[in-house]
Amino acid sequence: MEVIARGAEAVLYLSDGVVVKHRIRKSYRSPELDEMLRTTRTKREARLLALAKRAGVPAPVVLDVDLEEKKLCMSFIRGEKLSRLVDGMEEEELVRVFTLAGELAGRLHRSGIIHGDLTTANMLLSGKRLHLIDFGLGEVSRSLEAAGTDLLVFRKCVRSTHFNHEELIMDSFLSGYRRSFEQAEQTIERMLGIERRGRYFEHRG
Amino acid sequence: MGSRAKQDAEFLCMGIEGTAEKLGVGIVSDSGEILVNRVKHMKLAEGIHPSEAAQHHAAHLPSLVRQALEEAGLEMRELSLIAFSRGPGLGPCLRVAAVAARTLALKHRLPLLGVNHCVAHIEIGRLTTGAEDPLTVYVSGGNTQVTAFAKGRYRVFGETIDIALGNCIDQFARELGLGMPGGPAVEKLAKKGSYLPLPYVVKGMDLSYSGLLTAALRLAEKESLADVCFSLQETAFAMLVEVAERALVQAEKREVLLAGGVGVNVRLQEMLGEMCSEQGAELLVPPAEVLGDNGAMIAWLGVLSYLAGARQRLEETQVRQRWRTDEVDVLWR
Ligand SMILES: Nc1ncnc2c1ncn2[C@@H]1O[C@H](COP(=O)(O)OP(=O)(O)O)[C@@H](O)[C@H]1O
Ligand SMILES: [Mg+2]
Repeated sequence: MEVIARGAEAVLYLSDGVVVKHRIRKSYRSPELDEMLRTTRTKREARLLALAKRAGVPAPVVLDVDLEEKKLCMSFIRGEKLSRLVDGMEEEELVRVFTLAGELAGRLHRSGIIHGDLTTANMLLSGKRLHLIDFGLGEVSRSLEAAGTDLLVFRKCVRSTHFNHEELIMDSFLSGYRRSFEQAEQTIERMLGIERRGRYFEHRG
Repeated sequence: MGSRAKQDAEFLCMGIEGTAEKLGVGIVSDSGEILVNRVKHMKLAEGIHPSEAAQHHAAHLPSLVRQALEEAGLEMRELSLIAFSRGPGLGPCLRVAAVAARTLALKHRLPLLGVNHCVAHIEIGRLTTGAEDPLTVYVSGGNTQVTAFAKGRYRVFGETIDIALGNCIDQFARELGLGMPGGPAVEKLAKKGSYLPLPYVVKGMDLSYSGLLTAALRLAEKESLADVCFSLQETAFAMLVEVAERALVQAEKREVLLAGGVGVNVRLQEMLGEMCSEQGAELLVPPAEVLGDNGAMIAWLGVLSYLAGARQRLEETQVRQRWRTDEVDVLWR
């Protein structure tokens, strides 16, 4: 058993060539809430991974789900997290990869799949192919609001961690997104709207 | 704190805080000594009405400045700098603080600096706890933000996409007549409650509290208040701690600094502390006087900025209601 990642919410290890994602208990939160979150996220991740594949988005194949143990088994993707590669990439490569990332996001949204944590840490680059992982925060929805929020999550990730290439990455990403999703323009508009709304001091009532 | 003579060559800054319902005047030296830190709370029967808060600030600022000088045993001419909260915040409040600061600076021929309120929270926290390079979890009535320093700026990892955590709890308390501010009342009631499910909404590293507020209010119509208060806190805090944990791992920091008025909540501190010990990080909590909005934090950020070379002409000190934390060049680090 080889641990491949110890994230904030899960431990991932390789067992007989298969990736096991184990959502671990968090002692800071109340046990009922903890149980509910780990169960629903494991369930959702399995379901959305399968839907994403069907939508033409490269993703691991789900092999087994254990809701008692909060374990998800999936195929191993040989590759590297995109977040780690960005700083070493040439401009041309950045444009190519992020146009592709945007295209994949567009394919998800076109099929009513919201990723929920669309960040470069959840994109694995394997040769020329980009795979999306970590769908536990996702949902199935065709609302503009949900898709716009998904885009905003990506934009914020770029702003907080890839600030050196913010513009190039966003431009490429959105051009790919427009290519694969008919409602791209409205969704981008909504993303900007959500961002404006949220900024500081919204006192209701 | 208290009266003492000004030492030779000491650089003293008066900070004026006025972004929301609290008005603060503090004086801090270049060595980081807080000479005085006076805060005047506005009595809140309901939510904040920006124009009323502005009137309150305008009415009380002159006497607060006088009291601060008296307490510190100083005269205006012994100061080296005036700093004020330039944003983000409520427009009318910001303008009152800005006008007062400009007037003082002109009258006493002192340099003036408008500084960022959110960055001031981070810096006063670092000063008072000794945190070196923390992930900051800043939670108040108006802000909910998780930030960390990288390449010259405080980068925003997560934040609320609708209402602030403190605002969510305050509004809940207000609608149910638990008094304002609502935090302490909800915290007390929650002690005897048990868990009921409420919407838990995390988007990437961003948080949404408006759906939680609506659902908690609805739940309060049929369930015990203690249970709803408990569940509201558990849900709202767990969302925040989850985001903080992910940001901590991603930003690769070893310290978590708590900032903002909600930070006094014991349950929140406990949850963050637990998360930190699991991640092998240290939780740092500033003293209560500097957790909430206050003038000393503005003064200290004024000192840091000025000594690092920041200068503003009077006409460059217009308020910025939506000034983002990650737009500020951190010249002093
Ligand atoms: N199917 C997979 N094949 C190869 N590596 C994977 C796979 N799934 C996850 N990983 C690795 O584990 C890390 C964490 O996985 P992820 O699902 O994103 O969990 P978390 O929720 O903790 O972020 C990823 O960044 C990636 O490096
Ligand atoms: Mg991940």
